[in-house]
Amino acid sequence: MAENRNILSMTGITKTFPGVLALDDVDFSLRKGEVHGLMGENGAGKSTLIKVLTGVEQPDAGIIELDGRSVHVRSPQHSQELGISTVYQEVNLCTNISVAENIVLGHEPHRFGVLAWKKMNALASQALKRLEIDIDVAQPLGNYSLAIQQMVAIARSLEFTSAKILILDEPTSSLDVNETNLLFDVVRKLKSEGLGIIFITHFLDQIYRIADRITVLRNGKLVDTYDTASLPRVELIAKMLGRSMTDLDAVSKSKVEHEQKASGECLLEAKGLGLKGSLEPVELALRVNEVLGLAGLLGSGRTELAGLLFGVDTPDSGSLTLSGKTIQRFSPLESLKNGIALCPEDRKAEGIVGELTIRENIILALQARYGWFKFLSAEKQNEIAQKYIQLLGIVTPSSEQLAKNLSGGNQQKLILARWLATNPQVLILDEPTRGIDVGAKAEIQKLVLDLAAQGKSCVFISSELEEVLRISHRIVVMRDHKKAAEYSGDVNDQTIMQTMAGNL
Amino acid sequence: MKNYPLLNRIRESRLFLPLGALAVILIFDAIYAPGFFNIAIQGDHLYGNLIDVVNNGAPLMLVAIGMTLVIATGGVDLSVGAVIAISAAMGAVLINPALGNQLITNEILTRDATNTPLPIIILADLAAGTLCGLWNGFLVSRARIQPMVATLILMVAGRGIAQLITNGQIMTIYYTPYFWFGNGYIFGLPVSVYIVAIVFILAWILVRKTSIGLFIESVGINSKSSYYSGIDEKNVKLLAYAFCGFCAAIAGLILSSYVHSADGNNNGLNYELDAILAVVMGGTLMTGGRFSLFASVIGAVVIWTFTLTVYTLGVPANALLAAKAVLVMVVILLYSDYFRRFLNRFSEHKGPEHGRAN
Repeated sequence: MAENRNILSMTGITKTFPGVLALDDVDFSLRKGEVHGLMGENGAGKSTLIKVLTGVEQPDAGIIELDGRSVHVRSPQHSQELGISTVYQEVNLCTNISVAENIVLGHEPHRFGVLAWKKMNALASQALKRLEIDIDVAQPLGNYSLAIQQMVAIARSLEFTSAKILILDEPTSSLDVNETNLLFDVVRKLKSEGLGIIFITHFLDQIYRIADRITVLRNGKLVDTYDTASLPRVELIAKMLGRSMTDLDAVSKSKVEHEQKASGECLLEAKGLGLKGSLEPVELALRVNEVLGLAGLLGSGRTELAGLLFGVDTPDSGSLTLSGKTIQRFSPLESLKNGIALCPEDRKAEGIVGELTIRENIILALQARYGWFKFLSAEKQNEIAQKYIQLLGIVTPSSEQLAKNLSGGNQQKLILARWLATNPQVLILDEPTRGIDVGAKAEIQKLVLDLAAQGKSCVFISSELEEVLRISHRIVVMRDHKKAAEYSGDVNDQTIMQTMAGNL
Repeated sequence: MKNYPLLNRIRESRLFLPLGALAVILIFDAIYAPGFFNIAIQGDHLYGNLIDVVNNGAPLMLVAIGMTLVIATGGVDLSVGAVIAISAAMGAVLINPALGNQLITNEILTRDATNTPLPIIILADLAAGTLCGLWNGFLVSRARIQPMVATLILMVAGRGIAQLITNGQIMTIYYTPYFWFGNGYIFGLPVSVYIVAIVFILAWILVRKTSIGLFIESVGINSKSSYYSGIDEKNVKLLAYAFCGFCAAIAGLILSSYVHSADGNNNGLNYELDAILAVVMGGTLMTGGRFSLFASVIGAVVIWTFTLTVYTLGVPANALLAAKAVLVMVVILLYSDYFRRFLNRFSEHKGPEHGRAN
């Protein structure tokens, strides 16, 4: 178990960005052989702390000590030389080259000036064996699951450095339950080897499963460091938010209040809607005032169904009717005109336009509906942007900031703002709360229920069952690219989990 | 950052580098080629190197305007030089009665008359160019071919088409009114300057007074997100390529008018590369996104000021490309991340000191 010797101690770390005090006199320490959870809301300063540690950003003040020696981390490369390895949320590897190549990239073994393939593969296999992963390293990385890709990233980060510290930044956000277990086995193994591991995640239960200690940051300040065993969950949330759980309770209440309303007429109806190789024909009816939860494992067809409802893909069977009218042409633009909106799952690739300003991102869909020649005036654009920045509480110094500079939760709100600005009838939200903090989660959940109460309908897709149960009036469970079951009224998570797994 | 807002605004502006480069070249000229700035009145118009820069540079400015939109969508149009040749060939053929396999006699060719009314010639030129652009746009947006490959097709085929139109000959033009576009003057300034101004204003209105500019930038930054937001990214791209073809056609008209001939092999040779250079100098990323039409035009001006400076200094014409290579290298260096960081560090160093003084 964890020895009490610090391999890393950061004291008084302060970092300012223009207009923002990102870190304010923060202390952090990491012991040999411990998993240390770093928790906080979006914008609490977790990422900045990691960036300072990995040399991406230089602190304005503060001392970093590694093994008792004061160091100045000059660059990411320098931090690697110092034994600090980082694996980021998004896997930064090439999926089209082999696993082995990915692992040794930049350190390829040569023989007579040409690549020594055998040696390379042996090296890579060995690196993965350390993590107790046994796969064919000659296969392209893309052939393996995200979890394995994550492992490869870890293997790569450990292989050519004498790593003492491993930073895992949201490593599980795109992994399913089994994959997460696999990752945790690896983390425990590395921990037993004496590595200090910094683990950042938004999943509370994961933190409680794996972390020995937890450090909580809030608004750039250190709240404190706790032993996991002595910090109850509710208290952790309270520390992260700086407030109690009442917000989340309020969400449940408002659901109950609107429960009766959600029996109105049918708004969007799919009859045998399907696409070969993507989704088997599905029956679905969405009523006015309703939040329809869509549960299922990753790859169960949830996202594919959302894509068909929104017209990203054109179905090859069945029909889709909106308020009794059959939809003929399928495209996002048509859906936009029909009042159907989709906040896509992958907000970076399909959601935000990073180099555009927040204002431009917000008006984008509305402007797309208006077309080329009815251009919103600058004043009108500002008005709309300000309205939704306030309504959704997007944290930014100005609407002229680039969208890419926003934190994950605020980017999610930004996409939501883009669609709310078009005043849609049907709002499809695909994993709207992934990778965002508890506070923002509660806000988004509340917003969804409010929208339903205002006569709109929502399709709510999430991997977090508890969240789906909390806000949905009805729940459709997807499995193996088809609809497995539909539940309304009282249903417990056990039943749904069994349906998801197929043991019914 | 807050200490020199104006300085920072200037430094971050897309105009900073092209205007800076222009200033450097002009200062160089002021020292080593003082005659460069002489402007005389000759007859009814102005005459001098600076006038030549804008007159000779006009076709490139036009192509750069079109190319800016294409590059902003994340594409590139390699066929503009070939489209210039097609446009020039169209003009020459419509003027001279030498269509088909009719024997071309000297008498026919040297007749100062046209077979087709001038407005029709202009319309036919513009239509041909726009059609070429639409073809490129179709390949890129509908057939989903990579822009570089898609436009490479017309880059190669276009010169062949131009030669087919002129029956493989270099056609000299003898119709005097046609010369006006490349050689005429209005109020002492070359006609081509006015044409550039009109096209520029047209393009500016198109991208800044409608939502097309926003959509082009959005598509260039993240095509998928744009599609999910309901933007008709296919038609946005189609429009950009069509407009680029349109601009190249006007450039072809001016060029053939200026040299009194149409030559399928040499009209607009290497214009695609110069235009890309001008756009890049104007701060538009090759990966697409934010753009400035004006900065691209300045980029084109820089290229031509540089070219004429090199000529003025007496460097032989065949060494021009080598000299240009130096320019390209400097531009690439200036736009490198390393240099940017250096600039940022430089201004950050100054910032706190100034702050303390306050």
